[in-house]
Amino acid sequence: MASIIKLENIVKKFYIGEPNELEILHGVSLEVKEGEFLSIVGPSGSGKSTLMNLIGVLDRPTSGSYYLDGIDVEQAHDNDLSDIRSQKIGFVFQTYNLIPKTNALRNVELPMLYAGVPKAERRRRAQELLELVEMSDRANHLPEELSGGQKQRVAIARAMANNPAIILADEPTGALDTKTGRLVMDLFHKLNEEQHKTIVLITHSPELAEETDRIISIRDGNIVSEVVKRDVDSKRKATVEGQVL
Amino acid sequence: MLLGENITLAITSLKSNKMRALLTMLGIIIGIAAVIAIFTVGNSLTISIEESLQSMGSNDVYVVVSERSQEHDYSQKIDGAEYPVSDSDAEMTDSDYITSEMIREMYERFDDDIYAINISHSAGRGTAEYRDVSGRVSLVGTTVGYFITSPIDIVAGTMLSQQDYNGQRMSCLVQEDFAEDMFGEVSDAVGKVIDVELEDSNVSLTIVGVYKSASASGMSGMSMLSLGGSTVYLPLQTAMAITHSKDQFSTIRVSAAVGVDTEQLSKNIKSFYEPYYRNNTDFEVTVMTLESMIAMLTSMLDTITLAISIVAGIALLVGGIGVMNIMLVSVTERTREIGTRKALGAKNSSIRAQFIVEAIIICLIGGIIGLILGITAGVLLSNYMGYPAMPSISGIIISLAFSMGIGLFFGYFPANKAAQMNPIDALRYE
Repeated sequence: MASIIKLENIVKKFYIGEPNELEILHGVSLEVKEGEFLSIVGPSGSGKSTLMNLIGVLDRPTSGSYYLDGIDVEQAHDNDLSDIRSQKIGFVFQTYNLIPKTNALRNVELPMLYAGVPKAERRRRAQELLELVEMSDRANHLPEELSGGQKQRVAIARAMANNPAIILADEPTGALDTKTGRLVMDLFHKLNEEQHKTIVLITHSPELAEETDRIISIRDGNIVSEVVKRDVDSKRKATVEGQVL
Repeated sequence: MLLGENITLAITSLKSNKMRALLTMLGIIIGIAAVIAIFTVGNSLTISIEESLQSMGSNDVYVVVSERSQEHDYSQKIDGAEYPVSDSDAEMTDSDYITSEMIREMYERFDDDIYAINISHSAGRGTAEYRDVSGRVSLVGTTVGYFITSPIDIVAGTMLSQQDYNGQRMSCLVQEDFAEDMFGEVSDAVGKVIDVELEDSNVSLTIVGVYKSASASGMSGMSMLSLGGSTVYLPLQTAMAITHSKDQFSTIRVSAAVGVDTEQLSKNIKSFYEPYYRNNTDFEVTVMTLESMIAMLTSMLDTITLAISIVAGIALLVGGIGVMNIMLVSVTERTREIGTRKALGAKNSSIRAQFIVEAIIICLIGGIIGLILGITAGVLLSNYMGYPAMPSISGIIISLAFSMGIGLFFGYFPANKAAQMNPIDALRYE
């Protein structure tokens, strides 16, 4: 199976050339296969968020190469990066980051708006996605009228709007209680299994990481361990067979 | 990005901060309202002045004794016409006036060019009595030329005759309304003698004719003399005799004959009076045509309008800075939102467009409110001053375009700041 994410020897420095120059990532190499559910764990300040930002093309590496779905990110212009984020990546944040004063439906529509999807199609798909996350009845509610779990479900629906290949979730359950966190995790499993989304999950919780296909541990800017729980190719095969049956 | 979406976004954003939006708009509202009100009043004023001047007849030349401009700084040249700026320092003495001898000589000199000479003299206001009935009147002495340039309709009796003028007879013309009030029937007025009690004298006048009310003289400058009473016309010399006035005039209206170039005539008349005033250090004779008067008044109005517009422009500038300020606050407040939008695929240009549209919407709404207030104020003011209200269409379009321009100009910097934000920093912003 092809690698959808391919990082090679990524170095990320901040404050380059200044006295307080800081190297956060010291040459990280990582490949993520299509359909894989990967978790990245590590203590605060280990560089996992920086890695996440690089994977999500919100930032560029100082050196090293990054191929995302075959695209050389190094060569891409800023506008191209916007397009990549729009088409290939769905972000889920710890703090939900729903647009305030904007109802759930319009929040879900937003990525499609930037992708230039026509209005009727946008609305139809947004409703479909809210149904998927079981939030149809709250479509017209404003974010401030929703609970944390509900907000995160809307955010996941929003991340799915342009049918991206990858979902990047940065501590998606960090602000939720165990029970709601469980629901959100179930949703990720559902997306991974039913829609074959590649999911990169950043988490503090070892239990949640245990549920994923592969666990990458990062410490002080280096990958220190890698635990494979399930082989992606066989999982995919099983799913396909399951559908046949 | 889609314009419609940006407008919706902007309105949503403004709605969520109504008070702030209103206060921000206030600068624009005041600026636009002021500009529109000024243009409306200015427009009305210009049009009514032009109309009233036009009614005086475009063939007229005004000969006015005015103060001599010492070093040309009291007088300005506008479209070739000099207009004097009066200085209260010098008082007119007997020798400064134009005499009837001069007028006669001028008339003889330019016989072919002059159609009529029109001079009026107010003999004052008083109460007219006929038996037990009385009414307020204003006595205005005129020349034959007066009725040539400002025709009146005689509804009963006759016009003042040559004998009336030459013989300084105590004959007069009264207004139709006045005649009806005093004598019941208009025709009964003719031949009657009314006793007019003036401030310091009493005169008896014989009515020779009755003229139609609301005559063509309605808009003429001389009708100003009749404020506070019905105008009674009498021969000029009679009026001057009543007030014991000397043979002296400060303003003469000359009507040019058909086909005569009024500009040329005004130059000729000016040079005619030059010898009389050569040795006069304080006064000279100024000659103005209707065109130069209109030009002068229009130019004065334009200057005033411009001056007030500059003040309004400053108000708009301050308003624009207010918009910029609040947009910067708004951008900072919504840093996380901007980061999120970028993460969701918004291009820098989309973010820029979003905030520019918001700034333009603020200014446009402010502009429309200001426009409504400005037109209302302008119309009320015009009506109060007694002129027909004339909101200027070009002024409306320009001010709306201008307010949008302010939004664009002052919104660009904050919008660009938002567009240039680093998405990671923006997402992390607390």
